[in-house]
Amino acid sequence: MIAFVIFASSIVDLIRQPWHWSISGVAIAAILFLMTWMGRSFGVSTAFRNFCTMAGAGKRHSFFDIDLKDENWRLAFVLGAVLGGFIAVYFLGSPEAVAISESTLTHLKEDFGMAYPQGDGFLPTDFFNFTSPKGIILSIIGGFLVGFGARYGRGCTSGHAITGLSHLQLPSLITVIGFFIGGLLMTWVIMPLIF
Amino acid sequence: MKQFISFFTVGTVFGIIMTKSEAVSWFRIHEMFRFESFHMYGIIGTAVVLGAIIIALMKRFKVKTWRDTFVGYMPMQLHIPRHLLAGSIFGLGWALMGACPGPMFVLLGQGFGIMALVILGGTLGTYTYGVVKDKLPH
Repeated sequence: MIAFVIFASSIVDLIRQPWHWSISGVAIAAILFLMTWMGRSFGVSTAFRNFCTMAGAGKRHSFFDIDLKDENWRLAFVLGAVLGGFIAVYFLGSPEAVAISESTLTHLKEDFGMAYPQGDGFLPTDFFNFTSPKGIILSIIGGFLVGFGARYGRGCTSGHAITGLSHLQLPSLITVIGFFIGGLLMTWVIMPLIF
Repeated sequence: MKQFISFFTVGTVFGIIMTKSEAVSWFRIHEMFRFESFHMYGIIGTAVVLGAIIIALMKRFKVKTWRDTFVGYMPMQLHIPRHLLAGSIFGLGWALMGACPGPMFVLLGQGFGIMALVILGGTLGTYTYGVVKDKLPH
């Protein structure tokens, strides 16, 4: 019994450390395997479509007229992801903030006037918070672009970059190139203007 | 019910993995788009290479899924301008918020209430697509 407790707590200590990227990559591939084995395609953005259906959009537009019973699993997954974030941060949090590179730190400080770390290094809360009108507006716009683009392109990072590429799908590869065109434009051209 | 609990559990593990991998960090995504660290490329690269091997093996050995189906992917018609345009719109939002759909939910669970607004925005964007989709090039 004591041996088990010591073993379990050392496992928890191990998980609490920041993970090497290769460990994370293997873990995400394991999620892909589980979802595929469980008979579903690993994709998160369709949850937004389900929310539209829940809000009654199916009565007005056939695009949202879907049987939610068949989408139960996705909603379960998304709810689980929320719980997972909670557990990871409150019980398995790393001792230090996310260790981003020196050059990114310098850029954030000099170009955006952004202090680091903020919290555990997950979100620039000085900028994205409920007391900043700019942060609120950009949050809605950012979400809007993600939701619109994901549906137009029929998938997000999980659906295209992970699942689609693993299935060697050319449309997914081109969509991922698109992700980077938009991402680079935002990071290098637009953000320096608005931050 | 069994299905709900199973996917809820996988979702929970996903939330933990995404947090520990730091792939849900706005700063990591910003760093990735500035090409100042290998971290995110390492994660996605490892996941895709391993994922491709796993999927190929599952197809090769005709693994049956829980739903009694074989492993496959519903093919999408190739339409390069659409993929690039749609992907770019998504990418703009991804880089701005430092979060794609999965991480939005994980970050909400981490206690960032503002993510509820981002998720609302995502739902509004999806709704808008549903309304205007017939007018867009497909």
